Amino acid sequence: MTPETATKTDDALHRELEKTWGDKPGIWGSLTSVNHKTIGKRFIVTAFCFFVFAGILAVLMRIQLARPENHFIGADLYNQIFTMHGTTMMFLFAVPIMEAIAVFLVPLIVGTRSIAFPRLNAFGYWIFLFGGIMIFVAFILNVGPDAGWFAYVPLAGPQYAPGKRVDFWAQLITFTEVSALVVATELITTIFKLRAPGMSLNRIPVYVWSILVMAFMVFFAMPTIALASTSLILDRLVSTHFFNPAEGGDPILWQHLFWFFGHPEVYIIFIPATGFVSAIIPTFVRRPIFGYTALVLSLISTAFIGFGLWVHHMFAAGLPKMGQSFFTAATLMIVIPSGVQIFCWIATIWSGRPIFKTPFLFSLGFFFVFIMGGLTGVMLASWPLDLQLHDTYFVVAHFHYVLIGGAVFPLFGALHYWFPKFTGHMLSESLGKVTFWLMFIGFNLAFFPMHILGLIGMPRRVYTFQAMNGWAGLNLLATIGGVVLTLGVLVFIINFFINRKRGELAAENPWGASTLEWATSSPPPSYNFLHIPTVAGRDTLWVQPEDQPVVVGIRSDVRQVLITKMLDAEPEHIDQFPEPTIWPLLAALSATGLFIGSIFNPWAVVWGSIPVTVSLIAWFWPKGRKAEERPPKEVQQNLGEQKLNAQEEAA
Amino acid sequence: MRARQINWGFLTWVALVNTTVAATTQSSVDPAGPQAQHISQLWWVMLYLLTGVFILVMSLLSIGAFRRRSKAAETSGRNVIQTDSLRETKMARVVMGGVVVTTVILFALLVSSFIVGRTIYSIPKEPTVLTIDITGHQWWWDVRYENQVASQIVTTANEIHIPVGRQILFKLNSADVIHSFWVPNLHGKTDLIPGHPAETWLKADRTGVYRGQCAEFCGHQHAHMAFEVVVESEEQFQAWYESQLKSAPAQLTSSQSRGLQLFLSKPCVMCHTIQGTDAGGKVGPDLTHLASRQTIAAGALQNNRTNLSRWILNSQDVKPGNHMPPIPLNSEELNFVLDYLESLK
Repeated sequence: MTPETATKTDDALHRELEKTWGDKPGIWGSLTSVNHKTIGKRFIVTAFCFFVFAGILAVLMRIQLARPENHFIGADLYNQIFTMHGTTMMFLFAVPIMEAIAVFLVPLIVGTRSIAFPRLNAFGYWIFLFGGIMIFVAFILNVGPDAGWFAYVPLAGPQYAPGKRVDFWAQLITFTEVSALVVATELITTIFKLRAPGMSLNRIPVYVWSILVMAFMVFFAMPTIALASTSLILDRLVSTHFFNPAEGGDPILWQHLFWFFGHPEVYIIFIPATGFVSAIIPTFVRRPIFGYTALVLSLISTAFIGFGLWVHHMFAAGLPKMGQSFFTAATLMIVIPSGVQIFCWIATIWSGRPIFKTPFLFSLGFFFVFIMGGLTGVMLASWPLDLQLHDTYFVVAHFHYVLIGGAVFPLFGALHYWFPKFTGHMLSESLGKVTFWLMFIGFNLAFFPMHILGLIGMPRRVYTFQAMNGWAGLNLLATIGGVVLTLGVLVFIINFFINRKRGELAAENPWGASTLEWATSSPPPSYNFLHIPTVAGRDTLWVQPEDQPVVVGIRSDVRQVLITKMLDAEPEHIDQFPEPTIWPLLAALSATGLFIGSIFNPWAVVWGSIPVTVSLIAWFWPKGRKAEERPPKEVQQNLGEQKLNAQEEAA
Repeated sequence: MRARQINWGFLTWVALVNTTVAATTQSSVDPAGPQAQHISQLWWVMLYLLTGVFILVMSLLSIGAFRRRSKAAETSGRNVIQTDSLRETKMARVVMGGVVVTTVILFALLVSSFIVGRTIYSIPKEPTVLTIDITGHQWWWDVRYENQVASQIVTTANEIHIPVGRQILFKLNSADVIHSFWVPNLHGKTDLIPGHPAETWLKADRTGVYRGQCAEFCGHQHAHMAFEVVVESEEQFQAWYESQLKSAPAQLTSSQSRGLQLFLSKPCVMCHTIQGTDAGGKVGPDLTHLASRQTIAAGALQNNRTNLSRWILNSQDVKPGNHMPPIPLNSEELNFVLDYLESLK
């Protein structure tokens, strides 16, 4: 909005939209909110808190391993800590934070007023929060899971893991898979049906493509882990024998099911991160991304190939050798789409004019760390070599290079990049650079030595080691690096708290970026855009003419949202979105009761389903909308025409 | 600046690998047998090739990011570079070239990996095969040398003696959870999965003691589940084998026989076997030749009198969570037991 066009009518429109779309005031307002930005911010902060908790656990592990035969942490606690670290990072941080940022950004980038199914979105957040609280309360009460984040049976089965520890782990999976699935549903629907007119599929920003691909991967990966964790909990609670070899079950079945989910999981984390990189690089080199089509096709092929690699986690399990070679080939194949992406990004940087701001630095750090992780991945893909490297610290080094390099560095870049949009304030650039260098140096210091530790025989998941093995020096180095890395994260947190409310005020588009989230105020109003924008080209804000028309004819006194066609985003009809409500929270609470209760008594599934049913009935109870609130039929039918009228008016 | 930092990183990498792996007894890049030898060759090929790839890609990125740019570039009013379609086509060709090179390298690695895989599993089988049954337990290794004649079977624990230069067949099983059998200097891992008997072949080309360790997380004391492979000449091995066939000595000093009495009357006898005595428990390691072993508690402690007494009185202190209860003995009783155990050569 230029000041000239910010007329009094716009002011009145703003007040009306704010009244329609705003959260209710006070604590009741925050509990009932269904606004994707409120939920998104909450989601991001919660997931980041889990990142900090899991990071603290990592520091504890590094202190324990700083010297041989250390007595800082005992075997029992260490096993709980490394299990909690992996579980939290994967299930409560990495996947949720990628979804959380998408919950905030995707509706803005596609130019709509809300995420699809906003109440489901609130439910998705609450169920995630309660699952996370459950597992940490269990951990504090010394019933934290201790069989690894992969929970291999029979070690995680009823015979070798008595007590409730693994049950809490299996139920945490239930919580997070419910949350991931509902958020994936909303994101896919938002991207397919709520795009601003003109944003045809070939104009969707690469970041949004990455979220779409991630959401589809969630759809196919999560049911597998749901099946696996449910079978495990049934084995444990009601003595089914899915995984018990003595009764005809099979421990290898667990490994197949777990890794059929577990490997795509890595790409569920990595693909949105590549989306961050594809959003950050063009902005900071001042040119459109090179190879848009190639990048999108790479994302899609990565997703497909990502489901065909899982056996490379099981090369030592003694499967037939020809099959092993097949999975070696499949694993090597996934390097090709990753290579295409990297070459396209380098070409973009090469032909651009880089501005070395913090988000861009994190993208450069991403290249260094992620490519090294990718290359050690090539080594691990070779099954004969993997027989030596599997389950050693070499693998620990590899996947931290891939996950911290491939996901956490882009994530920190994204947090610095979108912070002005999240909060309306700028982060300190100098503290941002300190964060980057501490994290970059600390990370390499911590994880590079682990490659060598793995080669000289140090297995993973050991709570201590003996001096005679000659692993002491490199372990101490890794611990020092871990401390430096932690300091980097600490500087980011300080930067966040200093500038959250007092930082330099952010303009609409402080970086001069091209996507639609930068076409509204920072932070955006509850209704996102005063007028729903239309899109004239791929790099929307860079290519649109000054007099780009907007959509009119959508009512501002009720929650009307424009629905467009999936392929070319032509207006289709207008839908009315739901009001704030407490029922998603109550439904999440009652589902939590059922999930936790079932750990202690199978009958909880029966009795617990009663409050769940009641809250769902209340949630979906027909409201009997007043006739005048319903979108009139003719608007639905004639919307395309109306858009034309709108364009004429604007002209 | 960036390029220099990268090269330093990789030089350090290569230097560190080359120096730290030397003369370690638990290293996959210090091979002592053909299987580990082939795998380590594959490792060095991959390391040097992929290091080259890394340096190349990083150089491209650094030049792309830090190269000097002409002042006057075509930018629009929004300070965005106007892309030139001719140049874009050229870049597309370079990118495609990069993808082709990547694919060729990957294919070469696939072929070399396939060849190494086939080599290490097509070991010429010898007529007189020495077969050793390994059973993984939480947290120790049961070792049994197969023989047609029952009296010729040797049973021991956590220490495997093999003759140099012979192919040995290991049959692997687990008694409880999944473990993984791994002697880095000789070969990669093979998992021990309950209900799935597995096999692996090893051969050692030089004598020495090589350390192995469980490589699959198996519970509390996964960290202390090691073993030693003692590679010796054929004669030494035969001598060792003969001595292991013998029962425990029958001629005992008075304190040794008091020790045996205590062993048989305390919980020890419930779990451990000593050939030639009434002790026949199968839960814990066979102790018939305990004193001949280098380590106790699956590599956790050196085998000496102090460590042995520490272990007996409260093994939970050494390996918390292990399945052996503390054995309450007064100091006199302890000395008798230790005297007896030290006679089990």
